[in-house]
Amino acid sequence: MLIGLYNYWIVVVLMMIGFYIVIAHGNLIKKIVGLTIFQTSVFIFYISMAKVDGGTAPILADGIERYSNPLPHVLILTAIVVGIATTALALALTVRIKEAYGSIEEEHIQEKDNQAC
Amino acid sequence: MKDLVAVVMLAGIYGLLSACFFVAMDAVDVAFTEASVGAGISTLLMLVAITMTGRSEQAARHKPALAFVVVVITGGLLIYGTLDMPYFGAVDAPIQVHVAPRYINDSMQEVGVPNIVTSVLASYRGFDTFGEAVVIFTAGIGVLTLLPVLRSRKGDDAVESLNDSMHEQHLIVRIVTKILIPLILLFALYVQFHGDFGPGGGFQAGVIFAAAIILYAMLFGLEVARRVINQTFIQFAAAFGVLLYGSVGLVSLLNGGNFLDYSVLSADPIAGQHLGILLIELGVGCTVTSVMVIIFFHFAGRKEDKQRMKEEEVG
Amino acid sequence: MDVAIEITSSICLLIGSFLCVSGGVGILRFPDFYTRMHAAGVTDTLGAGMILIGLMLQSQDFLVFAKLVMILLMMLFINPTASHALAKSAIHNGLKPVLDIKERNNTESESSSR
Repeated sequence: MLIGLYNYWIVVVLMMIGFYIVIAHGNLIKKIVGLTIFQTSVFIFYISMAKVDGGTAPILADGIERYSNPLPHVLILTAIVVGIATTALALALTVRIKEAYGSIEEEHIQEKDNQAC
Repeated sequence: MKDLVAVVMLAGIYGLLSACFFVAMDAVDVAFTEASVGAGISTLLMLVAITMTGRSEQAARHKPALAFVVVVITGGLLIYGTLDMPYFGAVDAPIQVHVAPRYINDSMQEVGVPNIVTSVLASYRGFDTFGEAVVIFTAGIGVLTLLPVLRSRKGDDAVESLNDSMHEQHLIVRIVTKILIPLILLFALYVQFHGDFGPGGGFQAGVIFAAAIILYAMLFGLEVARRVINQTFIQFAAAFGVLLYGSVGLVSLLNGGNFLDYSVLSADPIAGQHLGILLIELGVGCTVTSVMVIIFFHFAGRKEDKQRMKEEEVG
Repeated sequence: MDVAIEITSSICLLIGSFLCVSGGVGILRFPDFYTRMHAAGVTDTLGAGMILIGLMLQSQDFLVFAKLVMILLMMLFINPTASHALAKSAIHNGLKPVLDIKERNNTESESSSR
Protein backbone atom coordinates (compact mmCIF):
# COMPACT_ATOMS: atom_id res chain seq x y z
CA MET A 1 0.00 0.00 0.00
CA LEU A 2 2.25 2.77 -1.25
CA ILE A 3 -0.67 5.17 -1.53
CA GLY A 4 -0.38 5.93 2.21
CA LEU A 5 2.79 7.86 1.44
CA TYR A 6 1.15 10.43 -0.79
CA ASN A 7 1.81 13.33 1.59
CA TYR A 8 5.57 12.91 1.12
CA TRP A 9 5.16 12.86 -2.63
CA ILE A 10 3.24 16.13 -2.60
CA VAL A 11 6.03 17.59 -0.49
CA VAL A 12 8.69 16.29 -2.89
CA VAL A 13 6.83 17.75 -5.89
CA LEU A 14 6.50 21.16 -4.22
CA MET A 15 10.11 21.07 -3.13
CA MET A 16 11.26 20.27 -6.63
CA ILE A 17 9.13 23.10 -8.05
CA GLY A 18 10.88 25.48 -5.67
CA PHE A 19 14.28 23.98 -6.49
CA TYR A 20 13.62 24.29 -10.22
CA ILE A 21 12.70 27.95 -9.88
CA VAL A 22 15.86 28.59 -7.90
CA ILE A 23 18.22 27.02 -10.41
CA ALA A 24 16.46 27.76 -13.70
CA HIS A 25 15.47 31.40 -13.32
CA GLY A 26 17.96 34.23 -13.41
CA ASN A 27 15.81 36.84 -11.71
CA LEU A 28 16.71 37.24 -8.06
CA ILE A 29 13.14 38.04 -6.91
CA LYS A 30 11.93 34.87 -8.60
CA LYS A 31 14.69 32.93 -6.92
CA ILE A 32 13.47 34.24 -3.57
CA VAL A 33 9.90 33.21 -4.39
CA GLY A 34 11.27 29.78 -5.30
CA LEU A 35 13.08 29.58 -1.98
CA THR A 36 9.83 30.45 -0.19
CA ILE A 37 8.06 27.60 -1.96
CA PHE A 38 10.92 25.26 -1.03
CA GLN A 39 10.65 26.45 2.55
CA THR A 40 6.88 25.94 2.67
CA SER A 41 7.26 22.42 1.33
CA VAL A 42 9.46 21.63 4.33
CA PHE A 43 6.80 23.13 6.61
CA ILE A 44 4.17 20.93 4.99
CA PHE A 45 6.46 17.93 5.44
CA TYR A 46 6.73 18.50 9.18
CA ILE A 47 3.07 19.34 9.70
CA SER A 48 1.83 16.35 7.73
CA MET A 49 4.08 14.09 9.82
CA ALA A 50 2.49 15.50 12.96
CA LYS A 51 -1.03 14.59 11.82
CA VAL A 52 -2.53 11.62 13.65
CA ASP A 53 -5.60 9.84 12.32
CA GLY A 54 -8.59 10.83 14.44
CA GLY A 55 -6.57 13.40 16.38
CA THR A 56 -7.49 17.01 16.94
CA ALA A 57 -5.62 20.27 17.43
CA PRO A 58 -3.23 20.08 20.41
CA ILE A 59 -5.23 22.28 22.76
CA LEU A 60 -6.19 20.33 25.85
CA ALA A 61 -9.93 19.98 26.39
CA ASP A 62 -12.18 17.60 28.25
CA GLY A 63 -13.36 14.48 26.49
CA ILE A 64 -10.68 14.41 23.81
CA GLU A 65 -8.36 11.44 23.84
CA ARG A 66 -6.08 11.86 20.87
CA TYR A 67 -4.17 14.95 19.85
CA SER A 68 -1.88 15.67 16.94
CA ASN A 69 1.80 15.86 17.74
CA PRO A 70 2.53 19.38 19.06
CA LEU A 71 6.31 19.27 18.66
CA PRO A 72 6.53 19.78 14.86
CA HIS A 73 3.98 22.56 15.20
CA VAL A 74 6.29 24.40 17.57
CA LEU A 75 9.30 23.96 15.33
CA ILE A 76 7.45 25.16 12.24
CA LEU A 77 5.76 28.09 13.97
CA THR A 78 9.09 29.60 14.84
CA ALA A 79 10.55 28.56 11.49
CA ILE A 80 7.89 30.54 9.62
CA VAL A 81 8.70 33.75 11.43
CA VAL A 82 12.43 33.20 11.06
CA GLY A 83 11.76 32.45 7.39
CA ILE A 84 10.14 35.82 6.82
CA ALA A 85 13.03 37.53 8.60
CA THR A 86 15.57 35.84 6.33
CA THR A 87 13.42 36.55 3.27
CA ALA A 88 13.42 40.21 4.23
CA LEU A 89 17.20 40.09 4.50
CA ALA A 90 17.41 38.50 1.04
CA LEU A 91 15.14 41.18 -0.39
CA ALA A 92 17.29 43.87 1.19
CA LEU A 93 20.35 42.33 -0.47
CA THR A 94 18.47 42.27 -3.79
CA VAL A 95 17.67 45.95 -3.47
CA ARG A 96 21.32 46.70 -2.81
CA ILE A 97 22.36 44.57 -5.79
CA LYS A 98 19.94 46.49 -7.96
CA GLU A 99 21.46 49.74 -6.78
CA ALA A 100 25.00 48.56 -7.35
CA TYR A 101 24.60 46.71 -10.66
CA GLY A 102 21.46 48.31 -12.10
CA SER A 103 19.93 44.89 -12.66
CA ILE A 104 18.74 41.87 -10.74
CA GLU A 105 19.27 39.39 -13.55
CA GLU A 106 21.98 36.90 -12.75
CA GLU A 107 23.50 37.07 -16.25
CA HIS A 108 23.83 40.84 -16.26
CA ILE A 109 25.46 40.76 -12.87
CA GLN A 110 27.97 38.19 -14.03
CA GLU A 111 28.72 40.16 -17.18
CA LYS A 112 29.42 43.26 -15.13
CA ASP A 113 31.61 41.28 -12.79
CA ASN A 114 33.57 39.88 -15.72
CA GLN A 115 34.03 43.34 -17.20
CA ALA A 116 35.32 44.63 -13.91
CA CYS A 117 37.97 41.92 -13.71
CA MET B 1 5.38 34.39 -16.18
CA LYS B 2 7.31 37.55 -16.79
CA ASP B 3 5.33 39.94 -14.60
CA LEU B 4 6.85 39.77 -11.15
CA VAL B 5 3.83 41.38 -9.48
CA ALA B 6 1.69 38.47 -10.64
CA VAL B 7 4.34 36.05 -9.40
CA VAL B 8 4.36 37.66 -5.97
CA MET B 9 0.56 37.73 -5.75
CA LEU B 10 0.44 34.05 -6.64
CA ALA B 11 3.04 33.37 -3.95
CA GLY B 12 0.75 35.16 -1.49
CA ILE B 13 -2.22 33.03 -2.53
CA TYR B 14 -0.01 29.98 -2.14
CA GLY B 15 0.79 31.10 1.40
CA LEU B 16 -2.91 31.47 2.21
CA LEU B 17 -3.68 28.05 0.76
CA SER B 18 -0.93 26.42 2.77
CA ALA B 19 -2.41 28.10 5.85
CA CYS B 20 -5.74 26.41 5.02
CA PHE B 21 -3.85 23.14 4.65
CA PHE B 22 -2.31 23.59 8.09
CA VAL B 23 -5.79 24.04 9.58
CA ALA B 24 -6.83 20.78 7.96
CA MET B 25 -3.77 19.16 9.52
CA ASP B 26 -4.84 20.35 13.02
CA ALA B 27 -1.94 22.79 13.28
CA VAL B 28 -3.99 25.87 14.13
CA ASP B 29 -1.12 27.86 15.60
CA VAL B 30 1.02 27.26 12.55
CA ALA B 31 -1.86 28.12 10.22
CA PHE B 32 -2.37 31.37 12.08
CA THR B 33 1.28 32.29 11.68
CA GLU B 34 1.41 31.27 8.04
CA ALA B 35 -1.72 33.26 7.22
CA SER B 36 -0.35 36.43 8.75
CA VAL B 37 3.23 35.95 7.55
CA GLY B 38 3.03 34.06 4.26
CA ALA B 39 -0.04 35.79 2.90
CA GLY B 40 0.44 39.16 4.57
CA ILE B 41 3.85 40.49 5.44
CA SER B 42 6.00 38.54 2.99
CA THR B 43 3.81 39.49 0.01
CA LEU B 44 3.96 43.09 1.12
CA LEU B 45 7.74 43.13 1.50
CA MET B 46 8.22 41.50 -1.89
CA LEU B 47 5.94 44.08 -3.50
CA VAL B 48 7.91 46.90 -1.93
CA ALA B 49 11.13 45.30 -3.14
CA ILE B 50 9.72 44.96 -6.66
CA THR B 51 8.86 48.63 -6.84
CA MET B 52 12.57 49.26 -6.38
CA THR B 53 14.02 46.51 -8.54
CA GLY B 54 11.75 46.60 -11.55
CA ARG B 55 8.59 44.79 -12.44
CA SER B 56 9.40 42.49 -15.29
CA GLU B 57 11.79 39.63 -15.70
CA GLN B 58 13.97 39.33 -18.75
CA ALA B 59 13.70 36.27 -20.92
CA ALA B 60 16.24 33.65 -20.00
CA ARG B 61 18.89 33.09 -22.61
CA HIS B 62 19.99 29.65 -21.53
CA LYS B 63 17.92 26.52 -21.85
CA PRO B 64 16.53 25.15 -18.60
CA ALA B 65 16.68 21.53 -19.79
CA LEU B 66 19.70 20.75 -17.63
CA ALA B 67 17.99 22.22 -14.58
CA PHE B 68 14.93 20.11 -15.33
CA VAL B 69 17.02 16.94 -15.49
CA VAL B 70 18.72 17.75 -12.20
CA VAL B 71 15.35 18.42 -10.57
CA VAL B 72 13.80 15.20 -11.86
CA ILE B 73 16.74 13.11 -10.65
CA THR B 74 16.72 14.73 -7.20
CA GLY B 75 12.96 14.35 -6.95
CA GLY B 76 13.16 10.70 -7.95
CA LEU B 77 15.81 10.03 -5.31
CA LEU B 78 13.75 11.81 -2.66
CA ILE B 79 10.65 9.80 -3.54
CA TYR B 80 12.73 6.62 -3.35
CA GLY B 81 13.78 7.79 0.09
CA THR B 82 10.18 8.18 1.24
CA LEU B 83 9.40 4.52 0.62
CA ASP B 84 10.59 3.61 4.11
CA MET B 85 8.66 6.38 5.81
CA PRO B 86 5.68 5.71 8.08
CA TYR B 87 2.27 6.11 6.49
CA PHE B 88 0.39 9.39 6.58
CA GLY B 89 -1.54 9.73 9.84
CA ALA B 90 -0.13 6.52 11.32
CA VAL B 91 -0.70 6.42 15.08
CA ASP B 92 2.41 4.33 15.83
CA ALA B 93 4.90 6.30 13.74
CA PRO B 94 8.22 6.86 15.56
CA ILE B 95 7.56 10.60 15.79
CA GLN B 96 4.28 10.01 17.66
CA VAL B 97 5.70 7.70 20.35
CA HIS B 98 8.93 9.40 21.34
CA VAL B 99 8.57 12.78 23.11
CA ALA B 100 5.07 13.87 22.19
CA PRO B 101 3.16 11.68 24.69
CA ARG B 102 5.02 13.33 27.55
CA TYR B 103 3.98 16.77 26.32
CA ILE B 104 0.38 15.70 25.77
CA ASN B 105 -0.03 13.83 29.05
CA ASP B 106 2.06 15.82 31.51
CA SER B 107 2.10 19.41 30.30
CA MET B 108 -1.15 20.22 32.12
CA GLN B 109 0.38 19.21 35.50
CA GLU B 110 3.82 20.66 34.79
CA VAL B 111 2.96 23.90 33.02
CA GLY B 112 -0.78 24.30 33.43
CA VAL B 113 -1.45 25.79 30.01
CA PRO B 114 -4.15 24.18 27.84
CA ASN B 115 -2.49 25.04 24.53
CA ILE B 116 0.28 22.45 24.30
CA VAL B 117 1.99 24.31 21.49
CA THR B 118 2.42 27.36 23.71
CA SER B 119 3.70 25.33 26.63
CA VAL B 120 6.24 23.49 24.48
CA LEU B 121 7.23 26.67 22.65
CA ALA B 122 7.69 28.84 25.69
CA SER B 123 8.53 26.43 28.48
CA TYR B 124 9.91 23.04 27.43
CA ARG B 125 11.77 24.45 24.46
CA GLY B 126 12.21 27.98 25.68
CA PHE B 127 15.88 27.94 24.77
CA ASP B 128 15.07 27.18 21.11
CA THR B 129 12.60 30.01 21.02
CA PHE B 130 15.19 32.32 22.54
CA GLY B 131 17.43 31.42 19.63
CA GLU B 132 14.65 32.18 17.15
CA ALA B 133 14.03 35.56 18.74
CA VAL B 134 17.73 36.36 18.44
CA VAL B 135 17.70 35.27 14.78
CA ILE B 136 14.82 37.64 14.06
CA PHE B 137 16.60 40.42 15.91
CA THR B 138 19.75 39.74 13.88
CA ALA B 139 17.77 39.86 10.63
CA GLY B 140 16.42 43.24 11.73
CA ILE B 141 19.96 44.49 12.32
CA GLY B 142 20.97 43.08 8.93
CA VAL B 143 18.26 45.04 7.13
CA LEU B 144 19.18 48.13 9.14
CA THR B 145 22.78 47.94 7.96
CA LEU B 146 21.98 46.94 4.38
CA LEU B 147 19.41 49.64 3.76
CA PRO B 148 20.39 52.70 5.75
CA VAL B 149 17.86 55.48 5.22
CA LEU B 150 19.65 58.54 3.92
CA ARG B 151 18.38 61.45 5.90
CA SER B 152 17.42 64.27 3.59
CA ARG B 153 14.25 65.23 5.34
CA LYS B 154 11.79 67.63 3.91
CA GLY B 155 10.40 70.20 6.28
CA ASP B 156 7.26 69.35 8.19
CA ASP B 157 5.24 71.86 6.18
CA ALA B 158 5.94 70.03 2.97
CA VAL B 159 4.70 66.83 4.57
CA GLU B 160 1.54 68.53 5.74
CA SER B 161 0.71 69.96 2.34
CA LEU B 162 1.43 66.64 0.64
CA ASN B 163 -0.87 64.98 3.13
CA ASP B 164 -3.70 67.42 2.50
CA SER B 165 -3.56 66.92 -1.22
CA MET B 166 -3.53 63.15 -0.76
CA HIS B 167 -6.37 63.32 1.71
CA GLU B 168 -9.14 63.90 -0.82
CA GLN B 169 -7.95 61.05 -2.95
CA HIS B 170 -7.85 58.37 -0.31
CA LEU B 171 -10.74 59.58 1.78
CA ILE B 172 -12.81 56.40 1.97
CA VAL B 173 -9.89 54.07 2.50
CA ARG B 174 -8.41 56.33 5.14
CA ILE B 175 -11.60 56.62 7.15
CA VAL B 176 -12.25 52.89 7.09
CA THR B 177 -8.65 52.28 8.08
CA LYS B 178 -9.02 54.65 10.99
CA ILE B 179 -11.90 52.53 12.22
CA LEU B 180 -10.07 49.28 11.61
CA ILE B 181 -6.64 49.99 13.07
CA PRO B 182 -7.77 50.08 16.73
CA LEU B 183 -9.64 46.83 16.16
CA ILE B 184 -6.55 45.23 14.62
CA LEU B 185 -4.41 46.37 17.54
CA LEU B 186 -7.00 45.04 19.98
CA PHE B 187 -7.07 41.74 18.15
CA ALA B 188 -3.28 41.56 18.27
CA LEU B 189 -3.37 42.06 22.04
CA TYR B 190 -6.03 39.36 22.33
CA VAL B 191 -3.87 36.98 20.33
CA GLN B 192 -0.86 37.87 22.48
CA PHE B 193 -2.49 37.22 25.84
CA HIS B 194 -4.92 34.50 24.84
CA GLY B 195 -2.11 32.34 23.46
CA ASP B 196 -2.15 30.19 26.61
CA PHE B 197 -5.68 28.99 25.99
CA GLY B 198 -6.24 29.12 22.25
CA PRO B 199 -4.13 29.43 19.14
CA GLY B 200 -1.94 32.47 19.31
CA GLY B 201 1.14 33.83 21.01
CA GLY B 202 3.92 36.31 20.66
CA PHE B 203 4.93 35.49 17.10
CA GLN B 204 1.46 35.85 15.61
CA ALA B 205 0.56 38.86 17.72
CA GLY B 206 3.78 40.59 16.75
CA VAL B 207 3.11 40.12 13.07
CA ILE B 208 -0.49 41.37 13.39
CA PHE B 209 0.62 44.38 15.39
CA ALA B 210 3.24 45.18 12.78
CA ALA B 211 0.62 44.77 10.05
CA ALA B 212 -1.53 47.44 11.68
CA ILE B 213 1.38 49.86 11.86
CA ILE B 214 2.39 49.11 8.27
CA LEU B 215 -1.20 49.69 7.12
CA TYR B 216 -1.10 53.07 8.80
CA ALA B 217 2.23 53.91 7.21
CA MET B 218 0.98 52.89 3.77
CA LEU B 219 -2.10 55.07 3.90
CA PHE B 220 -0.94 58.11 5.80
CA GLY B 221 2.58 58.35 4.50
CA LEU B 222 5.86 57.17 5.92
CA GLU B 223 6.77 60.50 7.48
CA VAL B 224 3.55 60.64 9.49
CA ALA B 225 4.00 57.05 10.64
CA ARG B 226 7.59 57.84 11.60
CA ARG B 227 6.33 60.66 13.74
CA VAL B 228 3.90 58.30 15.49
CA ILE B 229 6.47 55.55 15.96
CA ASN B 230 9.84 57.00 16.63
CA GLN B 231 12.77 55.34 14.87
CA THR B 232 14.88 55.21 18.02
CA PHE B 233 11.99 53.86 20.03
CA ILE B 234 11.30 51.01 17.65
CA GLN B 235 14.98 50.03 17.56
CA PHE B 236 15.04 50.12 21.33
CA ALA B 237 11.90 47.95 21.46
CA ALA B 238 13.48 45.31 19.22
CA ALA B 239 16.44 45.01 21.56
CA PHE B 240 14.21 45.22 24.63
CA GLY B 241 12.20 42.14 23.60
CA VAL B 242 15.30 39.96 23.37
CA LEU B 243 16.63 41.48 26.57
CA LEU B 244 13.39 40.74 28.42
CA TYR B 245 13.52 37.13 27.23
CA GLY B 246 17.12 36.73 28.32
CA SER B 247 16.52 38.41 31.68
CA VAL B 248 13.69 36.02 32.50
CA GLY B 249 16.20 33.23 31.95
CA LEU B 250 18.78 34.95 34.13
CA VAL B 251 16.28 35.61 36.91
CA SER B 252 15.34 31.95 36.98
CA LEU B 253 19.08 31.14 37.18
CA LEU B 254 19.44 33.51 40.13
CA ASN B 255 16.45 31.93 41.83
CA GLY B 256 18.22 28.59 41.79
CA GLY B 257 16.68 26.94 38.76
CA ASN B 258 17.98 26.19 35.30
CA PHE B 259 18.14 28.82 32.55
CA LEU B 260 14.53 29.59 31.55
CA ASP B 261 13.09 27.25 34.21
CA TYR B 262 10.08 29.32 35.18
CA SER B 263 8.92 27.12 38.04
CA VAL B 264 11.27 28.93 40.41
CA LEU B 265 9.98 32.40 39.50
CA SER B 266 7.17 32.14 42.01
CA ALA B 267 6.42 30.13 45.14
CA ASP B 268 3.86 28.09 43.23
CA PRO B 269 5.50 26.34 40.22
CA ILE B 270 2.38 26.64 38.06
CA ALA B 271 2.05 30.36 38.77
CA GLY B 272 5.75 30.71 38.00
CA GLN B 273 5.28 28.94 34.69
CA HIS B 274 2.38 31.24 33.82
CA LEU B 275 4.41 34.33 34.70
CA GLY B 276 7.42 33.13 32.73
CA ILE B 277 5.39 32.27 29.64
CA LEU B 278 3.60 35.61 29.79
CA LEU B 279 6.88 37.53 30.01
CA ILE B 280 8.71 35.70 27.29
CA GLU B 281 5.72 35.84 24.94
CA LEU B 282 5.72 39.56 25.58
CA GLY B 283 9.42 39.72 24.72
CA VAL B 284 8.89 37.72 21.53
CA GLY B 285 5.92 39.87 20.52
CA CYS B 286 7.91 43.03 21.15
CA THR B 287 10.86 41.88 19.06
CA VAL B 288 8.78 40.53 16.18
CA THR B 289 6.66 43.70 15.96
CA SER B 290 9.62 46.03 16.02
CA VAL B 291 11.72 44.02 13.58
CA MET B 292 8.87 43.79 11.07
CA VAL B 293 8.19 47.51 11.37
CA ILE B 294 11.90 48.32 11.07
CA ILE B 295 12.18 46.16 7.96
CA PHE B 296 9.17 47.82 6.33
CA PHE B 297 10.23 51.35 7.28
CA HIS B 298 13.66 50.82 5.85
CA PHE B 299 12.44 49.31 2.59
CA ALA B 300 9.87 52.04 2.09
CA GLY B 301 12.21 54.78 3.32
CA ARG B 302 14.86 53.64 0.86
CA LYS B 303 12.34 53.95 -1.93
CA GLU B 304 11.29 57.45 -0.94
CA ASP B 305 14.92 58.50 -0.68
CA LYS B 306 15.63 57.25 -4.16
CA GLN B 307 12.61 59.04 -5.56
CA ARG B 308 13.65 62.22 -3.85
CA MET B 309 17.20 61.94 -5.19
CA LYS B 310 15.81 61.43 -8.69
CA GLU B 311 13.59 64.48 -8.35
CA GLU B 312 16.55 66.52 -7.19
CA GLU B 313 18.63 65.34 -10.12
CA VAL B 314 15.88 66.24 -12.57
CA GLY B 315 15.18 69.54 -10.87
CA MET C 1 -37.46 24.01 15.84
CA ASP C 2 -34.08 22.39 15.51
CA VAL C 3 -34.98 21.06 12.11
CA ALA C 4 -36.07 24.51 10.95
CA ILE C 5 -32.79 26.07 12.05
CA GLU C 6 -30.87 23.26 10.44
CA ILE C 7 -32.69 23.72 7.14
CA THR C 8 -32.31 27.52 7.09
CA SER C 9 -28.64 27.28 7.89
CA SER C 10 -28.08 24.70 5.15
CA ILE C 11 -29.91 26.91 2.67
CA CYS C 12 -27.75 29.87 3.68
CA LEU C 13 -24.60 27.80 3.33
CA LEU C 14 -25.66 26.54 -0.08
CA ILE C 15 -26.49 30.02 -1.38
CA GLY C 16 -23.20 31.30 -0.01
CA SER C 17 -21.16 28.56 -1.63
CA PHE C 18 -23.00 29.04 -4.92
CA LEU C 19 -22.28 32.76 -4.86
CA CYS C 20 -18.61 32.21 -4.12
CA VAL C 21 -18.28 29.71 -6.96
CA SER C 22 -20.10 32.04 -9.36
CA GLY C 23 -17.75 34.84 -8.31
CA GLY C 24 -14.84 32.58 -9.20
CA VAL C 25 -16.37 31.82 -12.58
CA GLY C 26 -16.94 35.55 -13.07
CA ILE C 27 -13.27 36.33 -12.47
CA LEU C 28 -12.32 33.86 -15.16
CA ARG C 29 -15.00 34.70 -17.73
CA PHE C 30 -15.61 38.44 -17.60
CA PRO C 31 -13.95 40.58 -20.26
CA ASP C 32 -12.07 43.33 -18.44
CA PHE C 33 -10.63 44.32 -15.09
CA TYR C 34 -13.63 46.23 -13.75
CA THR C 35 -16.27 43.61 -14.48
CA ARG C 36 -14.00 40.95 -13.02
CA MET C 37 -13.50 43.00 -9.93
CA HIS C 38 -17.21 43.51 -9.61
CA ALA C 39 -17.71 39.74 -9.82
CA ALA C 40 -15.13 39.12 -7.13
CA GLY C 41 -16.14 41.95 -4.81
CA VAL C 42 -19.92 41.72 -4.88
CA THR C 43 -20.35 37.97 -4.83
CA ASP C 44 -17.67 37.44 -2.23
CA THR C 45 -19.20 39.89 0.19
CA LEU C 46 -22.65 38.39 -0.08
CA GLY C 47 -21.42 34.80 -0.45
CA ALA C 48 -19.12 34.87 2.55
CA GLY C 49 -21.79 36.77 4.47
CA MET C 50 -24.34 34.04 3.75
CA ILE C 51 -21.87 31.34 4.80
CA LEU C 52 -21.20 33.20 8.05
CA ILE C 53 -24.93 33.59 8.74
CA GLY C 54 -25.42 29.90 8.08
CA LEU C 55 -22.63 29.10 10.54
CA MET C 56 -24.09 31.51 13.10
CA LEU C 57 -27.39 29.64 13.00
CA GLN C 58 -25.55 26.42 13.75
CA SER C 59 -23.37 27.75 16.56
CA GLN C 60 -24.19 26.30 19.98
CA ASP C 61 -21.85 28.51 21.92
CA PHE C 62 -22.46 32.21 22.47
CA LEU C 63 -18.73 32.96 22.17
CA VAL C 64 -18.58 31.35 18.74
CA PHE C 65 -21.64 33.33 17.69
CA ALA C 66 -20.11 36.60 18.84
CA LYS C 67 -16.87 35.85 16.99
CA LEU C 68 -18.78 35.10 13.79
CA VAL C 69 -20.72 38.38 14.12
CA MET C 70 -17.43 40.21 14.48
CA ILE C 71 -15.96 38.51 11.43
CA LEU C 72 -19.08 39.46 9.46
CA LEU C 73 -18.85 43.09 10.55
CA MET C 74 -15.16 43.30 9.70
CA MET C 75 -15.84 41.77 6.32
CA LEU C 76 -18.60 44.23 5.56
CA PHE C 77 -16.10 46.97 6.27
CA ILE C 78 -13.09 45.57 4.51
CA ASN C 79 -14.44 44.02 1.32
CA PRO C 80 -16.10 47.11 -0.18
CA THR C 81 -13.14 49.24 0.86
CA ALA C 82 -10.69 46.90 -0.79
CA SER C 83 -12.76 46.82 -3.99
CA HIS C 84 -12.98 50.59 -3.92
CA ALA C 85 -9.24 50.99 -3.47
CA LEU C 86 -8.55 48.53 -6.29
CA ALA C 87 -10.91 50.22 -8.73
CA LYS C 88 -9.65 53.65 -7.77
CA SER C 89 -6.02 52.79 -8.26
CA ALA C 90 -6.83 51.13 -11.59
CA ILE C 91 -8.64 54.19 -12.93
CA HIS C 92 -5.98 56.44 -11.42
CA ASN C 93 -3.32 54.60 -13.39
CA GLY C 94 -5.26 55.00 -16.61
CA LEU C 95 -6.88 51.62 -17.13
CA LYS C 96 -10.00 52.27 -19.20
CA PRO C 97 -13.04 50.03 -18.78
CA VAL C 98 -14.22 48.16 -21.86
CA LEU C 99 -17.55 49.80 -22.57
CA ASP C 100 -19.39 47.53 -24.97
CA ILE C 101 -18.94 44.52 -27.14
CA LYS C 102 -18.48 46.49 -30.33
CA GLU C 103 -15.66 48.55 -28.94
CA ARG C 104 -14.08 45.46 -27.49
CA ASN C 105 -14.13 43.73 -30.86
CA ASN C 106 -12.56 46.80 -32.39
CA THR C 107 -9.73 46.89 -29.90
CA GLU C 108 -9.21 43.19 -30.22
CA SER C 109 -8.99 43.34 -34.00
CA GLU C 110 -6.62 46.28 -33.68
CA SER C 111 -4.37 44.45 -31.31
CA SER C 112 -4.45 41.31 -33.44
CA SER C 113 -3.72 43.24 -36.61
CA ARG C 114 -0.71 44.83 -34.98
